[in-house]
Amino acid sequence: MNLTPAGYSLLPVLPEIVLAVGAMVLLMVGAFRGQRSTPLVVTLAIALLILTGVLQCHYLPAGKLSTFGGSFVVDGYARFLKILVLLGSAATLLISYGFLSERPRRIFEYAILILVSTVGMMLLISAGDLVMLYLGLELMSLSLYVVAACNRDDVKSTEAGLKYFVLGALASGMMLYGMSLIYGFTGTVNFAGIATAAKTGSVGVAFGLVFLLAGLCFKVSAVPFHMWTPDVYEGAPTPITAFFSSSPKVAAFAIFVRVVLTAFPNVAHEWQQIVVFVSIASMALGSFGAIGQRNIKRMMAYSSIGHMGFALVGLAAGTPEGVQGVILYLVIYTVMTFGVFTLILAMKRNGRAMEEISDFAGLSRSNPVLAFLCAMLLFSLAGIPPLAGFFAKFYVFTAAIKAGMITLSVIGVLCSVVGAFYYLNVIKVMYFDEQAGATDSVRVELGTVVVISALFNMLFFVYPGPLVGAATAAAKSLF
Amino acid sequence: MMTWPILSVVTFLPAVGALLIWLMARGGDEAAARNARWIALWTTLINFAISLILVARFDPTQAGFQFVEEGRWLTSTIAYKMGVDGISLPFVILTTALLPLCIIASWKVTNRVPAYMMAFLILEALMVGTFSALDLLLFYVFFEGGLIPMFLIIGVWGGPRRVYATFKFFLYTLLGSVLMLLAIMALYWNAGTTDIPTLMTTAVPRNLQTWAWLAFFASFAVKMPMWPVHTWLPDAHVEAPTAGSVILAAILLKMGGYGFLRFSLPMFPLASHDFAPLVFTLSAIAIVYTSLVALMQEDMKKLIAYSSVAHMGFVTMGIFAGTMQGVAGGVFQMVSHGLVSGALFLCVGVVYDRMHTREIAAYGGVVNRMPLYAFVFLTFTMANVGLPGTSGFVGEFLTLIGTFKVSIPTAFFATLGVILSAAYALWLYRKIVFGALVKPSLASIKDLTFREVVTLGPLLVLTILFGFYPKPLLDFSAASVQQLVTNYSHAITAVKAAALMQ
Repeated sequence: MNLTPAGYSLLPVLPEIVLAVGAMVLLMVGAFRGQRSTPLVVTLAIALLILTGVLQCHYLPAGKLSTFGGSFVVDGYARFLKILVLLGSAATLLISYGFLSERPRRIFEYAILILVSTVGMMLLISAGDLVMLYLGLELMSLSLYVVAACNRDDVKSTEAGLKYFVLGALASGMMLYGMSLIYGFTGTVNFAGIATAAKTGSVGVAFGLVFLLAGLCFKVSAVPFHMWTPDVYEGAPTPITAFFSSSPKVAAFAIFVRVVLTAFPNVAHEWQQIVVFVSIASMALGSFGAIGQRNIKRMMAYSSIGHMGFALVGLAAGTPEGVQGVILYLVIYTVMTFGVFTLILAMKRNGRAMEEISDFAGLSRSNPVLAFLCAMLLFSLAGIPPLAGFFAKFYVFTAAIKAGMITLSVIGVLCSVVGAFYYLNVIKVMYFDEQAGATDSVRVELGTVVVISALFNMLFFVYPGPLVGAATAAAKSLF
Repeated sequence: MMTWPILSVVTFLPAVGALLIWLMARGGDEAAARNARWIALWTTLINFAISLILVARFDPTQAGFQFVEEGRWLTSTIAYKMGVDGISLPFVILTTALLPLCIIASWKVTNRVPAYMMAFLILEALMVGTFSALDLLLFYVFFEGGLIPMFLIIGVWGGPRRVYATFKFFLYTLLGSVLMLLAIMALYWNAGTTDIPTLMTTAVPRNLQTWAWLAFFASFAVKMPMWPVHTWLPDAHVEAPTAGSVILAAILLKMGGYGFLRFSLPMFPLASHDFAPLVFTLSAIAIVYTSLVALMQEDMKKLIAYSSVAHMGFVTMGIFAGTMQGVAGGVFQMVSHGLVSGALFLCVGVVYDRMHTREIAAYGGVVNRMPLYAFVFLTFTMANVGLPGTSGFVGEFLTLIGTFKVSIPTAFFATLGVILSAAYALWLYRKIVFGALVKPSLASIKDLTFREVVTLGPLLVLTILFGFYPKPLLDFSAASVQQLVTNYSHAITAVKAAALMQ
């Protein structure tokens, strides 16, 4: 097979091509067979994501690959995170069956949009220059704006989509402006080129860096660009919220790490200041902001802001240990938060979704297994050992301590104690309060996702070796 | 000599028991509850029996760690490593011995019995793990993991203000511990490993010693608890179910003291020496102040909780005296307090089960209806006071001797505390047991049942036995304590000598 048209090897980008072409084929299937084909399209989309994952793992040659003049890079770091993104997208489709089965929402485009945004994420993770970065980011975001509003008749959902779009467009604009400054002052868009050209003291580069990071902070919902998160999380349909908190976050975080470490290693001091500030602000706002929330999706939005702050602690260290911590944090956080959102999706009382925290009252009596799994996920989010969430925090803070960032670490762990309070509060409602009523039975696929996610969290400590090893190898490939 | 991983078995067998309950005692009916109780009882009994094998095979003449097991865990430098020495083994045995008693004491719990038993079994696994972990991170995982079951035990099966109490307990302890976690990371980078025996022999720079000592202190002082961070304890004790109070007083508090012995003294000897005056001051305040507070209590459990804080003051004082008597006395006092305070909470539970109140004023003259109870309660009250012939005396006496050598003012104030403890304990005893039985609600109160005798009997025997013949327990930990004290004094004299040379 000749995979080098016009002198560019297409082999490294093969999984993305397969995914993009497959998405278009599925679009045709849906367009010709109408809305009744939704379950089929979703199933095929999951299969396509798995196929892409298999190609990514087994078909691509090992080692670092690069194409399109260095603007697309496949290294160990990209491989690891792409698999995570693909898993997140596949799991999103899996938990969406129930959501898509109701009549007004039988929209097959939903699956196509998720596939397309996944292509965007994969491009983003592999981006080797600013153009590819922007391309991937926009492909991902545009699809996300639409899926956020896919519950067309619901005011909150459309509002969420619109808010996300307006603020997202603003962030993209800022980022583009930053990129243009960086290009203007360094004369290149290539990360490696920027790395050699960017010197400490260049005002233009510093400005560009600030704008670029502002855009990325928006995508990972870090303070002070977090304002959209609670509204969008609350308004978007729950499977989409689960999606937002997993794959796009991973992809945006992946490029965040790659950009600062490969394009700006020589101005580390400058971006480190920004990252430390953003990290502290996110941890604090996430912890304190969540306390007053009544809606569990809003609470999880603040929790997500806080967790991004914790992950940024690892990046602030800027060392291989730090990146390893970030990667592990992303994996564990994705699994935890995905489990919680699936659980929120699974819980219904008389067909009505239970989204207020008070709806969970006495869950430990009406559905003890679900309550237990939920409690384990929440303890894990709070970072209590021996659950996985603890190890996520352990790795990022270990890296920060090694890098000598004591103040950041102390503030971070103190925020995690504040954060523990609101997770405990949900557990309190489930276990200590009087029962609010029986819950409906849980759909099989949702139950499976919750159980897998909770078991991962509970048993990570038994055999953490392989995942930790893979994360170490992935992190090393960036340096 | 060792063919099977006995420590891991003792640690994880209760978890297996919890799994069994989950599998075999489903549902909320009476049959499930009965199954859960029996499975829990047999698991804890078997675990106790296995832990006795540890005692039989343990060589008290060796100071180092025995029954060491090692396996790969996070990385090659953060491993799964277990082992016990003369300091940790008594606590392991204390844990495994008290758990069956707790299960028996909880026989009459009717609310969500399977979950209750599972929580206790998981807690036992984590507590044994805490005392036998030989890797710092593994220790932390066990140490903090215990918060989860205890949070649920107080919160689900506790009294009216259980939510407040359990949140306070959880957040207080977590706040102290996260700082310790950062210190653990710093030690990890300093030594390149979290292996405890290696860390004990690795020199830690003076500066890091100070900060790490403070961070560890934050955690252990809360857990212990020392004045002024003890305020979570009375709340937690009052709201916890009887068995929860027993575990809390008898074992969870000991983790603080164990931490000081295992980490603070051997790893940061210089910082320990520097901060000893601070610890002495806090201990002396704790002993005198909380004894005075105990005098004013109207709730029986609260009174015993404050007396626990006071008794833990003796332990911290003894440990940081750094003398052979002080440290050995600290270990002894912790074990003795585990027996005595656990028994006292059981005694409160006995009357609480009958009257559903812990208010001291609601009782009076129960000796007329409950002579056996009066005798048992008297013994434990005397042990709490530190009367010669009970185990409480030996621990207090040794810690006081140890401290007199180092700091006379501290020992002086601590001795005052002994008098005060006699005041509040005897006052409590008089109010409840003596006097005429005039309250109509007490007219038909029954004496100890067979089940209650089974729970209190062994504790009574051990309290008296260790009071008259403390040698077995002291010998058990002597070698390890000796080594600890020697290393500690060597480190300090080396620094002093270096300072003189300049």
